[in-house]
Amino acid sequence: MRALCYHGKQDVRVDTVPDPDIVNPRDAIIQITSTAICGSDLHLYDGVIPGVLPGDVLGHEFMGKVVETGPHSTLKKGQRVVVPFTIACGSCFFCGKQQYSACDNSNPVDKQEMSETLYGTPMAGLFGYSHLTGGYSGGQAEYVRVPFSDVGPVVIEDDSLDDDQVLFLSDILPTGWMAAENAEIEDGDVVAVWGAGPVGLFSAQSALIMGAARVIVIDHYPHRLELAKGLGCEIINFRETNVREALLEMSGGRGPDAVIDAVGMEAHGFSIDNMMDVAKQKVGMGADRASALKQAILSVRKAGRLSIPGVYGGMTDKFPLGALMEKGITVKTGQTHVQKYTNKLLAMIADKKINTTFLISHRLPLEAAADGYANFKNHQDDYTKVVLKPGMEA
Amino acid sequence: MDRKSLTAAGAVAGALAIGGGLLLARSSRDTGNDDDAPGRTARHGRFGDYAVVGKTVTISKPPRDRLFAFWRDFTNLPTIMENLDRVELLDGNRSRWTIKAPAGGTVTVETEIAQEKPGELIAWRSVEGSEIDTEGRVRFRDAPGDRGTEVELIVAYKPPFGRLGQGIAKLLQREPAIQARRDLRRFKMLMETGEIANSDRYLKIEEDA
Repeated sequence: MRALCYHGKQDVRVDTVPDPDIVNPRDAIIQITSTAICGSDLHLYDGVIPGVLPGDVLGHEFMGKVVETGPHSTLKKGQRVVVPFTIACGSCFFCGKQQYSACDNSNPVDKQEMSETLYGTPMAGLFGYSHLTGGYSGGQAEYVRVPFSDVGPVVIEDDSLDDDQVLFLSDILPTGWMAAENAEIEDGDVVAVWGAGPVGLFSAQSALIMGAARVIVIDHYPHRLELAKGLGCEIINFRETNVREALLEMSGGRGPDAVIDAVGMEAHGFSIDNMMDVAKQKVGMGADRASALKQAILSVRKAGRLSIPGVYGGMTDKFPLGALMEKGITVKTGQTHVQKYTNKLLAMIADKKINTTFLISHRLPLEAAADGYANFKNHQDDYTKVVLKPGMEA
Repeated sequence: MDRKSLTAAGAVAGALAIGGGLLLARSSRDTGNDDDAPGRTARHGRFGDYAVVGKTVTISKPPRDRLFAFWRDFTNLPTIMENLDRVELLDGNRSRWTIKAPAGGTVTVETEIAQEKPGELIAWRSVEGSEIDTEGRVRFRDAPGDRGTEVELIVAYKPPFGRLGQGIAKLLQREPAIQARRDLRRFKMLMETGEIANSDRYLKIEEDA
């Protein structure tokens, strides 16, 4: 099959590789019809997430048609499914609490040790997202092997819903929803969201649905900020405006009740410490750039809430720990418990209560995936979301 | 710890069996310090010539009795223990374990069950004259608050020198802690999910050994 493989830093290529097989009894094989490039794929692309090896097939946002099932899969050939990027067994302690991204059993034992060393406990398996999270082949390919296929995949029975409407159930839509849920939004809240990328925009939309009075989105790409405006949010361009001062003034001098960092480890920013973090990341010292997070902590009101859907992989320094403690900030974070939200969000899509297609800027054949990565990385204002379609005519 | 106690620990280990693993019991319970941590987590080893590794995992299902039953049939163990090639049941309480050694070789250990409490505990030890002087114990106890079963695996062994050579010494000195953890996690996966997680994209053709 053809698949997008990692070759090195900012070097990905579509190669011919062996097709996947049913390996375990609960597996299914999916023929991919649509797969997206995620903002977090750019962290892999940029080489800032450890444990990505040449030849790894990337991609964790995908959907398609069931073409093969293991003896313990509950899927049927021909079914159309969206697959959550978090691989979860459905039967461990964490899955029982719907904390699917903490699943004990989806990361192979020999791969668990890397994340155990870094994080103290091993993490769950994810598709196409480094060997820290299992080394599973991803879905930017013609076919993918889906473990625990009786637990994760969402069967789309309504043919009137096209791929573009439901694809984002795999990651960014539930991620945005959980980010807003983690912000524990109350009626009348002012919510600030850093990052007008897909997750930031979905967080903002979710926050409005959950009853926020004002949602303020911070970014520097004009087109992305326009998309936020289109959702009914207010916007701040951090290149033009002093963010903390503006947020204070826009929240009656209190500070936002809840803040969401949808930027993560490769934040832009002009402060001295962020410049140092950029330098450290470049020479492989591995510090996460956390300028958005630091600004969010200083901006939030006292006893406010901080939600972090943005991806971080390692450590950071000069962290405003005093502000975090003294202000009494509640922090909630984590990889998304996708399986917890998919049914609810699918119903909202079908009822047209949530808009999922406004993000998509480009639809490309799988063969053009490498260009898709480069443009998504280098032209973020125009390339808001790239969807790859295997089989699409170039 | 003074020399006399070290010797005593060695003697206890040598006689392991009789008490069903006094050394292992101590590894589980007694730190010798003032804290409540298991002895094997002490910063300074207290087991004489013996190396002791132990790991615990919590398994949410199936119930304790079924976990015990799986383990009690030693022929099941190669499914979860990567270093174990096969187990053959012999007469009485004895079985022969064929362990993978570096460079494609194997080591055979004959073991006997030293102690058994149905649903709770199985202890085994190598019989006299085995190539490796080792013993192990697995204990099953209810986790607090309905969280399933805590399974504790402890393995003690006397690192052999001499005719078995450095390779095996290395195998036995360095690997058991990692193996114990991985074995327990494979056990948990198999019990909780019916399979052992594997991220291979395609089936690898087994190469002839």
